[in-house]
Amino acid sequence: MKFRIYRYNPETDARPRMQDYELDIEPAGKMLLDALVSLKEQDDSLSLRKSCREGVCGSDAMNINGRNGLACITPLATLKQPVELRPLPGLPVIRDLIVDMTQFFKQYHSIKPYLINNDPPPETERLQSPAQRAHLDGLYECILCGCCTTSCPSFWWNPDKFVGPAGLLQAYRFIADTRDQATSERLDDLEDPYRLFRCHTIMNCVDVCPKELNPTEAIGKIKDLMVKRMV
Amino acid sequence: MVNRVVVGAHYGLRDWLIQRVTAVVMAAGSLAMGIYILLHPDMGYDRWIALFSSQPVRAFALLFLLSLFYHAWVGVRDIVMDYVKPASVRLVIHVLVILALLLYSIWSVQILWGM
Repeated sequence: MKFRIYRYNPETDARPRMQDYELDIEPAGKMLLDALVSLKEQDDSLSLRKSCREGVCGSDAMNINGRNGLACITPLATLKQPVELRPLPGLPVIRDLIVDMTQFFKQYHSIKPYLINNDPPPETERLQSPAQRAHLDGLYECILCGCCTTSCPSFWWNPDKFVGPAGLLQAYRFIADTRDQATSERLDDLEDPYRLFRCHTIMNCVDVCPKELNPTEAIGKIKDLMVKRMV
Repeated sequence: MVNRVVVGAHYGLRDWLIQRVTAVVMAAGSLAMGIYILLHPDMGYDRWIALFSSQPVRAFALLFLLSLFYHAWVGVRDIVMDYVKPASVRLVIHVLVILALLLYSIWSVQILWGM
C-alpha cells in the first residue's frame, strides 16, 4: 500500500514536506493504525500519538485523505491510495502527526466541564430518573479527540474565542444534566457573539465525529434554551 | 493596554435571532412576489406602478428591505469578525457598513413613496 505522510519537525525543518512510503500489508481486516505502527518500525523518526488502539482514548486523531478521523478505527481497505495523512488542521504542529492541543483543551475547560451543585452532598448518590439520564445520551460519549473542533472553519478563524463543537457539546452535556444547578451561569457565559454564535451550522463536526455524535444539534439546543430564557 | 482575549459582549443571541426572523420575512416576501409575477404574465410598467401604489404593498416592501439590510449587517459583521483582526480597522468597517445601510434605508423610503 502507498502512503503520503506529512513530515515536519519545527526545530530542524524550514517547512513541512510530504513523504512517500510503501508498505507490504494485507488491508483486509486491518486498521490504519496497524499500518502506521508497521511504518514506524520501518522509519522510527515518524511521530504519532496512539494509546488504546480501539477508538476510546482519542489519541490518534488525524486528517486521513482530507477527513479527520481516528486511525485505529479506520479500516485500511476503505482508503484510497496513496493514503494522505496530515496532522489535525488548525492546531500548531509539534512533530509530524502530533499537534499541540492546548488551545482545544483551554476551550474545553472554559465551559466548566464538571457538575456544579451547591447542595450538601447526600448520603448516597445524587439520583436521576432513567428519563433524566436519557437526556445525556449522545453527549457524554465524547472522547475529546478533537476531530470535530479541528474540522470547523469557525474554530480555524477564532481558536482563541470560539469554544468549538467539542466544548459546546460538553457545555450542553452539563446544561442537560438535572443534577447541575448552574444552567443560568452557563448560558450567560455562552451568550456571546464569539463563544457560541461563531457556529454557522456548517456541520463538519457532525460529518467527522468518530463516535457519531451531533455537536450541531447540541448547539441548537443551547440556542433554543437561550431563546426560551429571553422571551 | 494589556493584550488579552476578550469575549462576553452579550449580543450574540439577539442578533442571531433577528437574523432568523428577518430571513423569514424575506422568504415570505420573495415567495409572494414570485407568485404575483407568475399569476400576472403581462407584467409591465403599468401593473408594477399599480401594485406599488397600494400602501400595504409599500409598507411590506419597506419591511422586506429593512429586513434585508439588518440581515446583511449581521452577515457582513460576522465576516469582518472572522477576517479583520485589528479592532480599530474593524470599527471603521462597521461604521462604514452601518452608514451605507442607513443610506439605503432612507433611499428605499424615497423610492417606494416616490413612485
